[in-house]
Amino acid sequence: MDLCQINERVCKGCELCVKFCPQHALEMSEGRNSAGFHPAYLAHPDLCTGCALCAEMCPEAGIVVYRRQKARASQTQTG
Amino acid sequence: MSTIIERPGTQTPEGLNCVFEKPRAMSDKPFHYCPGCSHGTYHRLVGEMIDEFDLMSRTVGVCPVGCAVFAYEYFEFDMVEASHGRAPAVATGVKRCLPDRFVFTYQGDGDLASIGMAETIHAAARGENITVFFVNNGIFGMTGGQMAPTSLIGQKTTTSQAGRDPMLTGQPIKVCELLSSLDGVAYLARVPLSSPKNIKTCRKYMRNAVRCQLEGKGFALVEALSPCPVQWGMTPGDAIDYIDEKVVKVFPPGEFINKLND
Repeated sequence: MDLCQINERVCKGCELCVKFCPQHALEMSEGRNSAGFHPAYLAHPDLCTGCALCAEMCPEAGIVVYRRQKARASQTQTG
Repeated sequence: MSTIIERPGTQTPEGLNCVFEKPRAMSDKPFHYCPGCSHGTYHRLVGEMIDEFDLMSRTVGVCPVGCAVFAYEYFEFDMVEASHGRAPAVATGVKRCLPDRFVFTYQGDGDLASIGMAETIHAAARGENITVFFVNNGIFGMTGGQMAPTSLIGQKTTTSQAGRDPMLTGQPIKVCELLSSLDGVAYLARVPLSSPKNIKTCRKYMRNAVRCQLEGKGFALVEALSPCPVQWGMTPGDAIDYIDEKVVKVFPPGEFINKLND
């Protein structure tokens, strides 16, 4: 599953997430959403580190970011 | 403090932690703002503050007139709609009647610095125990891009088409500098919403402003320098750069007053 999930329904294509992504993992889609904007999408999921800078800049609060649980943290939880 | 917000009902997949999500204090309705407008960012920060301090059940917000006039649509707590510029006066009434509530106003520069300047100054001078979240984009966005008191010198708007002329319309009003001379003000800060780092700083300032009210210190105001890409005639990316290049030179960011530790 992608770490960065963009809600295409609310995206207005301002490109701020693309501008501030340090890994250049996001791109603007060729297609349009229901409001007529070109939404951003995660073009290179392997580059995404889950830093959440795109979500921090998104004016629509339309990005959910997950991060993988660290192995050490899961060990302390189980142990 | 972290920004981890779990929305009830949504399920985080196994093996992953949710590190960023829309705050619980906000509704799922899409914003009506233009692409790249920082109102949405500032709304989200307000929602994060309500979540973080667990104020959902005892918050009363006051909406302005301006672009953010429909702010009550986007929050799950109660909000009052004030007349143009009168939000601090309405908030004063709410706070004095219900002192245990968290009362904040959300105002733009046309509302707070133009028609509502008297209400703002007198609420600050009285040291009303309210929090003001102020969005300064240097233009009247909703009515079609007219010149605001906070427009920069030389800025082209629909009512100053050759650029703002200081001989004709004076210098921009710096709200934080203006209010910093008043003794009733407990917290005063300004920050541009131009990068993830500055948004984190804004969150820190807003946290202080909320604490000011909860600890009964007095009037608190946080000014966010926001882009208005459509009325400035720029792309959202260029508008963000314009804030860092031009706007912060006229409106220097920083904490002006902090009486939290007094």
